[in-house]
Amino acid sequence: MAGTGTVRHHIVSVLVENKAGVLARVASLFSRRGFNIYSLAVAPTDNEHLSRITIVVDVESAPLEQILRQLDKLINVVDIFELAPEDATEREMLLATVSASPADRGQVIGLVGVFEGKIVDVGQDRMTVMLAGSPSKIDDFENLIRPYGIVELQRTGRVALPKLARRAARLHSITGGAPDSAP
Amino acid sequence: MQLTGAQALIKSLEMEGVEVIFGLPGGAILPVYDPILDSSIRHILVRHEQGAGHMAEGYAHVTGRPGVAMVTSGPGATNIVTPLADAMMDSVPIVVVTGQVATTAIGTDAFQEVPITGVTMDITKHNWLITDVDDIPRVVAEAFHVATTGRPGPVLVDLPKDISNATMEWYWPSSLDELDLPGYHPRTIGDPVDVRRAAEMILAAERPVLYAGGGILKARGAEALFALATRTGIPVVTTLMGRGTFPDSHPLCLGMPGMHGNYTAVTAMQKADLLIALGSRFDDRVTGKVSAFAPDAKVIHVDIDPAELGKVRRPDIAIVGDARIVIEQILEAVGALGLGAAGTAPAAGTPAATRPDLAPWLAQVRRWQEEFPLTYNQLEGGALKPQYVLEQLRDMSPDDTIVASGVGQHQMWASQYWRFDHPYTWVNSGGAGTMGFAVPAAIGAKVGRPDKTVWAVDGDGCFQMTAQELVTASAERIPVKIAILNNAYLGMVRQWQELFYAERYSEVYLSPDLPDYVKWAEAMGCVGLRVESAEEVAPAIEKANGIDDRPVVIDFRTDAFEKVYPMVPAGSSNDDIIVGPSEGEGGR
Repeated sequence: MAGTGTVRHHIVSVLVENKAGVLARVASLFSRRGFNIYSLAVAPTDNEHLSRITIVVDVESAPLEQILRQLDKLINVVDIFELAPEDATEREMLLATVSASPADRGQVIGLVGVFEGKIVDVGQDRMTVMLAGSPSKIDDFENLIRPYGIVELQRTGRVALPKLARRAARLHSITGGAPDSAP
Repeated sequence: MQLTGAQALIKSLEMEGVEVIFGLPGGAILPVYDPILDSSIRHILVRHEQGAGHMAEGYAHVTGRPGVAMVTSGPGATNIVTPLADAMMDSVPIVVVTGQVATTAIGTDAFQEVPITGVTMDITKHNWLITDVDDIPRVVAEAFHVATTGRPGPVLVDLPKDISNATMEWYWPSSLDELDLPGYHPRTIGDPVDVRRAAEMILAAERPVLYAGGGILKARGAEALFALATRTGIPVVTTLMGRGTFPDSHPLCLGMPGMHGNYTAVTAMQKADLLIALGSRFDDRVTGKVSAFAPDAKVIHVDIDPAELGKVRRPDIAIVGDARIVIEQILEAVGALGLGAAGTAPAAGTPAATRPDLAPWLAQVRRWQEEFPLTYNQLEGGALKPQYVLEQLRDMSPDDTIVASGVGQHQMWASQYWRFDHPYTWVNSGGAGTMGFAVPAAIGAKVGRPDKTVWAVDGDGCFQMTAQELVTASAERIPVKIAILNNAYLGMVRQWQELFYAERYSEVYLSPDLPDYVKWAEAMGCVGLRVESAEEVAPAIEKANGIDDRPVVIDFRTDAFEKVYPMVPAGSSNDDIIVGPSEGEGGR
């Protein structure tokens, strides 16, 4: 694949009909074709008939082009945008319950402040914090907060949209033009 | 006009031009069986739902129209899963309607409840669970549209019993715009720039081969292929799914490539400098070891399914489109480059005028054909060879006989030894390799083409899986003919155990006379015949071909030691093709 040699993950943004069972069809396709999903997020769009599934795929598990073309064959898939990370605006959210004894509380609050997160719940010796941002920012925060003791942690998986005026050129190949002409 | 859901379903099938339904009723589909009594559609009552699915496939294979099967929920639906998987692999357009428990009972583990849309999600082109009676006409129209356009395939419509019993105001979608398929837009016309590049590549090739697959049949493109091959003078291999796309009798036809293909077809592809793949998918049974397949060949790949282009072998030119349309585009493009009709000189100064001479390549192909023909040895008084039976059957039956087969040795021999000179005369299970396909598929084919002789060539193992459908055939007066090549073994498995497991035969022996196939045939209302020697073959076939009021079964007792050759061992390079038995086993 041209241009993907050093990038392990790609973002596939799939516009699907908002009908029962569509997510199962997409997930099942990945499973039966041996493609690996790194993360997956599903949500309605501004059009009530459509939902968007944002999938981060492990492109080492299969050629990206094959993943896109198989996805496009699903009848309920309306459109596919394939985004190289450098072409995408990506965001992810994290919720974490962290040990925060009275002695540590100030440091945790400080860290959350530096990362522009929020304290959303406070207990006797724990706090639940929330952070939204780019995946790498979330990674950094997770590493820094870990020494205080993570009780529970959830990440949403990424959502992404194309960076403006820089939609990936490879989109053409999905709908049947000549494939990438990698030598 | 107010109709029940059941009436709307049957009326929708009538609107789609359905003339026959293969099915078997049960609880959840009961409401739909009532309006069948008032419909012009013929219903054929099968003895097992798998039979209904394969009959629908056989019907679709020979007519080009979608086959329709209808079964009840739960086990009725799961029994038709194998035909759905089979049709998915071989791109066969069938529409399966399943009954379902009432919507209020879905998810409660109700009697005969199986979530069949979930079960068949991966083995249908698409499926629908109808939850609103008003959706019935639209969904049926969508189902037929999806099954028959683009890359054809099986679809399933699951109909809960309460929806069948509900009432709706009848309508019929008057155009495709009224269907709710926003993500479905198959492309049929090839990119003109790529078509022109393909034409240039074709005219520059010294050792080209047309690699013709089943997609040409689905596209009704056999005539276009004939025009392309004869005009360009390029030899043609026809895959297992593509047998009959190009006449075997034509000098340019090299026959079947692949694991049990003939030496010339396999080797011509290996040595080619250009493969023109038309509606074929570089299946592992064709390519052998992919990295060693046709190493010097450039590839032009034409397929209506974009996902096939580059899936196995990266093409030099990839063209998405309907095989017939793209072949016609290529013909036009080679014409524009100066290539005239066959036998005429190309226009001076055009690219066609400097085209390499294909004569040395065709001479090489001819030498391979002479040196390595298909061979077998029917000794006088010796064990009956299955190839001899097939040659007799071929020579004594009409030229346009439809042949259905099961899966295994008999299938490979049938493909090798029959002479397919017409499209839509070969019905078999290629991708899925479904044993038991032949009998019901032959019945479906005969229903679709009652004017033609239909022979099923079957193995004894396959026959035992679906033979009960001959009761259906007798009851419905569908006079198919069955040739069982009875070698008393699961023959292909036995062959592999002989060659690759040091003759350690594990669970492959079936017995030649348990069951007694003649008595079994007679019990099912058929004529049963037995043939044990070469001289009995022709009289039995003559008798069978003369019977047209009921099915006929001939139990040919054939040589269990006979193996299918040539053979490319699984995972090997096609260069390592084994053309025949080694010296040591020649005498058996």
